[in-house]
Amino acid sequence: MTIMTDVVVGDARKSRRIDWSPYLVGAGIGILSWVAFAGFGDPLGVTTAFSRVASLFAAPVVGSDVVAANSYWRSMPLKWDYGVWFLVGIPLGAFLSAIILGTWRLELVPEVWKERFGPSVLKRFVAAFLGGIVIMYGARLAGGCTSGHGISGGLQLALSSWLFLAVMFATGLVVSRLMFRKA
Amino acid sequence: MTSLMSIAGPILMGAVFGYLLQQGKVTSCNVIENQFRLRDFTVLKVMGTAIVVGGIGVLLLVDTGNTKYYVKDANMLAVALGAALFGIGMVVYGYCPGTALGAIASGSVHAAVGAFGMIVGAILYALSFDWVKAHILNVWALGKVRLPDITGVPDGVWFAALAIGAGAFFFWVEASEAKARRAQG
Repeated sequence: MTIMTDVVVGDARKSRRIDWSPYLVGAGIGILSWVAFAGFGDPLGVTTAFSRVASLFAAPVVGSDVVAANSYWRSMPLKWDYGVWFLVGIPLGAFLSAIILGTWRLELVPEVWKERFGPSVLKRFVAAFLGGIVIMYGARLAGGCTSGHGISGGLQLALSSWLFLAVMFATGLVVSRLMFRKA
Repeated sequence: MTSLMSIAGPILMGAVFGYLLQQGKVTSCNVIENQFRLRDFTVLKVMGTAIVVGGIGVLLLVDTGNTKYYVKDANMLAVALGAALFGIGMVVYGYCPGTALGAIASGSVHAAVGAFGMIVGAILYALSFDWVKAHILNVWALGKVRLPDITGVPDGVWFAALAIGAGAFFFWVEASEAKARRAQG
């Protein structure tokens, strides 16, 4: 426990030099939202566009006739709209920041995972893949993610989004407690 | 020109968003996991500030006729179930969809593996959509409602309460973190 706190604190001290205050970053995202609303009429969001793109990957697996006949993709066909280009921008900006800050590093197994589940790359990849399935199914069922519901919906005081935030955090706390419980 | 702007605009918006996520360290799996373990409050600090700052600005923009609200449907059962799955997925994956895209670009290979899982999840949702629509989306469907509508409490009061609540909470978090650092020497 002491060793672990040491690592966390040491990390924080080292990174304070290179990172902005989280409040500054949050304010920046808030101001970006003003531009998204007033300038583009399209609040920040990720997963709606993500499912448009997913239909591209679905065609070779389930067949393009199934994709064409699917009622969800009919209501949300693949098109290169605002949301999809926004998705393209996210990794570009993150890459730029990582290069400038020198924080780009290859990560196969993150520290928190390694401490609890060991260094197995396969184990981590399987968990990430399964977690990815569950998070995206949940996002589409709820109608948004941490960006679309959490930030864009939260700042509009939307009932749906505050329900999302409350249930998402509560579930995450419980699952995290179970997952990181000392065996 | 307009067509160039319709591509360059959103790419630039996304790039600024991704840049901020990376600067704020929320593209780190460790930071996200430690939020849910209550050891690192970076995620809540970023989100809380974004909601208060963004919300007050958007409220003013709506009031002055410069934008409108884009509220998502309050299909209460679907949102609750979806959010629960999202919470499970976020802890197991270690990312949310937006931060995962940023993480991939900063070298996280397991985030990329999970992105393929996200594609599978999106496909599964599309394939199950007819059933979900008939049985879940229509349960407790309240429409595009906002908290001020259903409570009668005006927007200004909500944001004042949010700002004061978030301010007090973060003040307490900062004080606890400073105390923990001192205890470490």
